[in-house]
Amino acid sequence: MRRPRFALPLGSPLQILLLACSFALAAYAGVQLLAGDWFGVALWFVGAALLHDLVLLPLYAAADRALVRAAGPRRRWVAYVRVPAALSLLLLLVWFPLISGQVTARYASATGLSADRFLSHWLLLTAVLFGGSAVLFVLRLRRATKQRPSAVG
Amino acid sequence: MVRGAVPGPVRTYGRDMRRTPFSPSFWRSPLRGPWFTSVLGIVLLGGITVLFVTGLLSYAAYNPDLARVNDKTPDKGILGFYLFSWPTDPHWLYRLTQGVHVTLGITLIPVLLAKLWSVVPKLFTLPPARSLAHALERISLLLLVGGGLFEFVTGVLNVQLDYVFPGSFYPLHFYGAWVFFAAFVAHAVLKTPAALRNLRGMRQPPQVAEEERELVSPDPDPPTVSRRGALGLVGGGSLLLFGTTVGQGFDGLRWSAVLAPHGADPGSGPGGFQINKTAAYAGISAAERSEGAWRLVVSGRTGTVRLSRAELLRLPLHSSALPIACVEGWSTSDQWWRGVRLRDLAALVGYDGDPPDVFVESLQRHGAFRRAALRANQVADPRSLLALFVNGEELTPDHGHPARVIVPAAPGVLNTKWVARMTFGDL
Repeated sequence: MRRPRFALPLGSPLQILLLACSFALAAYAGVQLLAGDWFGVALWFVGAALLHDLVLLPLYAAADRALVRAAGPRRRWVAYVRVPAALSLLLLLVWFPLISGQVTARYASATGLSADRFLSHWLLLTAVLFGGSAVLFVLRLRRATKQRPSAVG
Repeated sequence: MVRGAVPGPVRTYGRDMRRTPFSPSFWRSPLRGPWFTSVLGIVLLGGITVLFVTGLLSYAAYNPDLARVNDKTPDKGILGFYLFSWPTDPHWLYRLTQGVHVTLGITLIPVLLAKLWSVVPKLFTLPPARSLAHALERISLLLLVGGGLFEFVTGVLNVQLDYVFPGSFYPLHFYGAWVFFAAFVAHAVLKTPAALRNLRGMRQPPQVAEEERELVSPDPDPPTVSRRGALGLVGGGSLLLFGTTVGQGFDGLRWSAVLAPHGADPGSGPGGFQINKTAAYAGISAAERSEGAWRLVVSGRTGTVRLSRAELLRLPLHSSALPIACVEGWSTSDQWWRGVRLRDLAALVGYDGDPPDVFVESLQRHGAFRRAALRANQVADPRSLLALFVNGEELTPDHGHPARVIVPAAPGVLNTKWVARMTFGDL
């Protein structure tokens, strides 16, 4: 008795029931979610996943890869660049509309607040992050050079 | 962390396959593995559950079942099954629930990104499906990842007033949350037992171990950071976002919210607290607010009363200390408001001792919340005012001069500014 070539085994029946239940609820809400601009919403929904998985993630992974490669034999110092860079880029990612100034007019008119501070605050935070990292790096370097002779002697 | 063709032990896929993400040996990071993913997964399990519950509470806080004007999702059907009359106690209730919703959501962003990074090899797993159950699970993951990102992105854009999403925020974020939550519950039920096993110790039954070994690189690069170090970076990112956001919910800490939208004060003095929409933005002119032009029209059981501001000032005035708390997650500390009790206005038009619901209309001619309904329990609360003064001075135009509603624990937009008309009666 050979199984037909493309037949898919069923898998866990409990899992199928659970997922069917989940799909039904998702579809119930999804009908309303798509009631307006269905194409736009579907584009955002799928686009968010694709943009993240196929653009954002490969980009930051490649940047990190390049950093590690550039560090060469000094790999263990990579963290002193990687950490402040990651944190700074994280802040930029989350607050991009305010930092980039693309909502300046609406923001200022609605809230009565100036939108000028966001870019400068982000740059200052970035300076603090890299500066703090540099201080830690120097401290650790000094400790390492102090310990080396004592370890020998 | 990602690397192409480098000689490795995996030969079964051939040389070319190793260059593509469909090969396990394409994924080189030594960090990936069941422990790393499980820690992040458990954090998200707790965090997203809190986000969902506080989101549902915020939805209930608008009293969408009270009147059409409060309801941005009239076709919600059974998704509104749990709705209840939003209370007025404690008066900081919405400030707390919505502050938690937005601040926690922003804090969880690094955890979400790290979790997605940790499982990305699974996106490329071949064969596409081992069984029908597995095929369905992979489709469900699209709803999970797409839905999760959709919710975080629409939320983060909305608090920055960047309305680029395809439609109105309320229905998108609400229905999107249910789609996401449906997939989230299924995922949690399927994965939480294994995640807890992974965290309790690495001794797993062999069949579980086999599935989860997918995440472990068969050909890892030498580590540049430990798994704990990587978690530290994720936690550090969360801490940084938290520390630069949480202050927008407290007047004394506002200076610390250096990147959050409401991390600065609009001037000083009695009116120097947060503004959601200025008079200029709402299109309110000085002429229509003037003593001569403005009248408050109050209707009810016994007919209609028109009151000038001077006449309002002759009614009994009361004070209450209440915050402004916005759906965008920011809030003010308690401000000292002074004005006429809503229930006294109800009594003027025939509801003496039995305050009903009220339908409030603003001078605003556009805007989603230029009209709003308040429930009887909100009208009856002695702290609910039609405020004429704040912090000892006349209301400023941006805070709703000539008169605004202020109700304990209600979302900011239900505290209608530049009130023109109030219609008491059961809605």
